[in-house]
Amino acid sequence: MTETQSAPARTAARLLRTPYFWGIVAIALLLLVNVLRDPGYLAITVNPANGNLVGNLVDILRAAAPILMIAVGMCLVIATGGIDLSVGSIMVVSGAVAMEFLNAAAAPDSVLAALAAFLLAVAFGAILGAVNGILVSVVGLQPFISTLVILLAGRGLAKVITEGQNTAASNEPFRWIANGYLVGLPVVLLFAVLIVIAVGLLVRRSALGLMIEAIGMDPKAARLAGIKRRSLLMTVYIASGILAGIAGVFATASVMTVDVSRTGYQLELDAILAVVIGGTSLAGGKFNLGGTVVGALLIATLDKTVVFLGISSSATPAFKAIVIVVLCLLQSERVRQLFRQRRAPGTFVPSKETIPA
Amino acid sequence: MTAPVPPAPVPIVEMKSISISFPGVKALDGVDFRLFPGEVHTLMGENGAGKSTLIKALTGVYRIDDGEILVGGQSRRLTGTADAQDAGISTVYQEVNLCDNLTIGENVMLGHETRGRFGINWTATHRAAVDALEKLGLGHLNPRQPLSTLSLAVQQLVAISRAMVAKSTVLILDEPTSSLDANEVEGLFAVIRRLRDQGVAILFVSHFLDQVYAISDRMTVLRNGQYQGEYLTRELPRAALIATMIGKEVASLASLDSERAERDHLHTDEPILRAEGLGRKGSIDPTDLELHRGEVVGFAGLLGSGRTELARLLYGADKADEGQVYFRGKKVDISTPTRGLAHKIAFSSENRRDEGIVRDLSVRENLVLAVQAKRGWARPLSKRDKDAIVTKYLAELNVRPADPDRPIRNLSGGNQQKVLLGRWLATKPELLILDEPTRGIDVGAKAEIQEQVAALADDGVAVVFISSELEEVVRLSDRIVVLKDHRKIAEIINGPGVTADLIVNTIAEEGVPAGADAAWSTPADREVSE
Ligand SMILES: Nc1ncnc2c1ncn2[C@@H]1O[C@H](COP(=O)(O)OP(=O)(O)OP(=O)(O)O)[C@@H](O)[C@H]1O
Ligand SMILES: [Mg+2]
Repeated sequence: MTETQSAPARTAARLLRTPYFWGIVAIALLLLVNVLRDPGYLAITVNPANGNLVGNLVDILRAAAPILMIAVGMCLVIATGGIDLSVGSIMVVSGAVAMEFLNAAAAPDSVLAALAAFLLAVAFGAILGAVNGILVSVVGLQPFISTLVILLAGRGLAKVITEGQNTAASNEPFRWIANGYLVGLPVVLLFAVLIVIAVGLLVRRSALGLMIEAIGMDPKAARLAGIKRRSLLMTVYIASGILAGIAGVFATASVMTVDVSRTGYQLELDAILAVVIGGTSLAGGKFNLGGTVVGALLIATLDKTVVFLGISSSATPAFKAIVIVVLCLLQSERVRQLFRQRRAPGTFVPSKETIPA
Repeated sequence: MTAPVPPAPVPIVEMKSISISFPGVKALDGVDFRLFPGEVHTLMGENGAGKSTLIKALTGVYRIDDGEILVGGQSRRLTGTADAQDAGISTVYQEVNLCDNLTIGENVMLGHETRGRFGINWTATHRAAVDALEKLGLGHLNPRQPLSTLSLAVQQLVAISRAMVAKSTVLILDEPTSSLDANEVEGLFAVIRRLRDQGVAILFVSHFLDQVYAISDRMTVLRNGQYQGEYLTRELPRAALIATMIGKEVASLASLDSERAERDHLHTDEPILRAEGLGRKGSIDPTDLELHRGEVVGFAGLLGSGRTELARLLYGADKADEGQVYFRGKKVDISTPTRGLAHKIAFSSENRRDEGIVRDLSVRENLVLAVQAKRGWARPLSKRDKDAIVTKYLAELNVRPADPDRPIRNLSGGNQQKVLLGRWLATKPELLILDEPTRGIDVGAKAEIQEQVAALADDGVAVVFISSELEEVVRLSDRIVVLKDHRKIAEIINGPGVTADLIVNTIAEEGVPAGADAAWSTPADREVSE
C-alpha cells in the first residue's frame, strides 16, 4: 500500500471516495457545457426594480425545490429499506386539493385562504403517507407494492377531486410561495432549504437517524434491540407524504393550476435517482442527506440543460439515462478498483483498500 | 481415539511469513502455517488473534500484504474464493452458506450437476448427491427434501458433502461446532475423522478445548497476529496451550466454581418475574417459571428442546399465545421486545449475526443501541452519556481493539459477542437473559464473562443463562430448568452432587428425543463426548 501519500493526495483520495463527489463533478460539467454554448449562462443579475436575483442558476435552484422536498423524504424511506413510489401522485393530490379549495374559496387576496390551502395540501400528503405506512408496517406489504398502489390510486383520486378538470385558481399569497421573492431570493428556494435543514437537524440531532439506519441495515437485530419498527416506519412514510404534499404546493402554485395528468408525473423516479446519486444504497442502511441534496440539484440542472440545449423532449429520457448510468458506474466499487489499475477480486470483498489508511 | 498420523513429507498447504494489515491493526505478522494431508490441524488463539484472518488469506478473501502461499508445493496467488476452490480448498463457515430454498441434493451438487442431452439430468444429479452424502454416512437423507427442513448441524454436514463433491483436498472449518450440542458434535467429528482417513487435510478452529483435544492431531497457536508455534496435540498439555495462547501462566481459570452452587437460595421474596402457563404453539408448551433477584437460572436441554424458545417468550422476542407473565407481582404484557425492554428485561440472542450485531454500524452505535431504543428517538443520549457507556463497557469486557468508531463487522467474532453483552448490560436490566453468551469466546474471556454474570447476580440481577455447554450451566446456575421436546421436564436446585451427567441423565430418562433431530443420529451419537 502507498502509505507515504502527501496530504493533498490523501485529501483528493478521500474526496474521490465521497459518494456524491461525482454528482458535483457532473453538475459542474453540465454547467460548463451550457457556458460553452452561452458564455453568459452563469451570470446572475439583480433586478433593479425589486432587488431580486435573476439568472439561470436561480432558475435551476427554483426548479430543484420540489425535487429536493420529495428526495429528502425518499432518502429516509430508502434508508429504512423501503421505497416510496407514491410521492408523485401525492403531489398531484395535494395540488388538486389546494386548487379546488382556493377555487371554491374565491378569495384572490386572502392570506388565510392560502394558509388553509397549504395546510390542507400537507394534511392530504400526511394521510396518504400514513396509508403507505399502515400498508407497510401493519399489514406488512412490500413497500414497493404498497406505494405502487398509492401511485396508481393517487392520480385517480386527484381526478375525482377535480372531476377530471385541470383546476385553476387565483390567490396571490399562494402564488407567492412559488413565485415570490424574499431578500432577493425565491421564496420557494428559501422554504426548501429551511425544510431540508430542519429535517437534517431533526434526524441527526435526535436518535431518529441511527434508528432508521439500524432498521434498514438489519431489521431483526434492530427489533430485538427494542427499536419500535412499526412506529418508526409510520413516521418515515408520513414524513415522506408531508414533504410530497409541500412539493405538490410548490409545483402547482407556480402556475396556479393543477394538471391532473402531468403534475408530479414520474417525479418519484427523479427523487429515487437523486437519493442514489447522493450515495444512499437502495438496499437501505446508511443514508446521506447532503448527497441527496446534490442529487436533486443535479437532476434539476440536467432538466434545465436539456431544455437549454434544445434537445428534443423525446430524447430527454435517454440523455438523463446516460448521465445516470455513468454516475452509477463511477460510484461502483468495482469500477473504481479498475480505475486504480488493480485486479478486481472475484467476489465482493470488504476489501481493506476501501478504508482510508 | 485420535490415531496420530505421521506427517506426510510434503505439506498440502504451506503459508510462509504471511502478513496482513488493516488500518490500525496488524492482523497477521509474519505467520507460518503448514497443513498436511490426512491430518486435523487446529488453529488456536484468543479472540482477535488472527485465526479467521489467516483462513481468509488462504481462501482468497483477503489479499496478503507479504509472504507466500504454497498449495501442493506450488506458489499460488489467491485473489478470490474461486481461486481457492480451484486449488482444492473449501471452507465451511460457522454461518452455513447454502441455499435454504434449494433441495439437499441441489445444494450438494450446485455447480457440479450431471448434464444430460437436455440440460441437467436431475435424476442422475440426485443419485450423485446420494453417493456423496453416503460417503459421509448421511445416506439416509432424502436429497429431494428442501434444505431448510434440516437442523443447523445437518446443514453443516451437507455443506461438507458439497465441499467433497468439489473434490477438495483441504477442508476448512471455522468454529463449526459453536452451535451444536454434544451429539451433533460427535456426528460432525465422525465425518471429520472419516475424511481425514481418506487423506483430506482439515483445518479446524474452535474455542472448546475438549473438542480440540478430541479431534486434532496438531495445533498452530497464534497470539496478537504472531506465530507462537506448531505442536503435536498429544505433546501439549492444556495448561501449556492456554499459557501459549494468552502469553502468561494462568492458575485461576476454574476458580469460579461451585461456590455459587453452595450459596443459599431460599427465596422468600417475591419473584421478579413469574410466568404461568406461558407457551407458544409449536415452540414451547405452557410453562410455569419463577425468577428471583440475584439468582442465576440455567436453561439446559438439547438444541431444539425449547430452551431458546422459552427465553424468547420471556423478553417478547416471540409472542406468547397463552399464559401470563407477572413482573414484580403485577400482570404485564410482554409481547414485543420493546415491552420487554421497558420492563427492564434484556435478551441477548444466540444468533449473533442475524439478531445481534448490526454489521454496518460502529462499535459505539451497537453498544448504545438498546439504551437509545429504550429512551425513544426523541430523547437522544448526549455525547457524554454515550462516551461513558462506551468507555465503561469496552474496558470492562476487554474488547479489542478498543476503538469505538470501527464498524463492528471488522471485529473478530468473540469481540463482537463482547460488544453485544455490553449493549445489554448498559440497559441496566433487572432480568438478563443470555442465550449462548459465550459462543465463540476464547477460554480466558469465557471465564471473565462467567465472573461478570456471577457478579451481576450478586448485585441483585436475575439472570437466565443458556448454553450448549452443560458444564458451564452447572458451574454458574443456582437453579437449572431442564427442557426437552418443547417442555420443562425438571427443575434442579444446584448444589454438590449436581453435575452435567446428572442433567444428561435427566434428559435421557425422559425417553429418546423425537422429531427432527432424531433424523440424523446414528447409534454411536447417543454417547456424550468425553
Ligand atoms: N475487515 C477487517 N477490517 C479491519 N480489521 C479487521 C478486519 N478483519 C479482522 N480485523 C482485525 O484483525 C484482528 C484479527 O481478527 P480475526 O477475525 O482474524 O480474529 P480471530 O482469531 O478469528 O478471533 P475470534 O476467535 O474472536 O474469531 C482483529 O483485531 C480484528 O479486529
Ligand atoms: Mg474468528
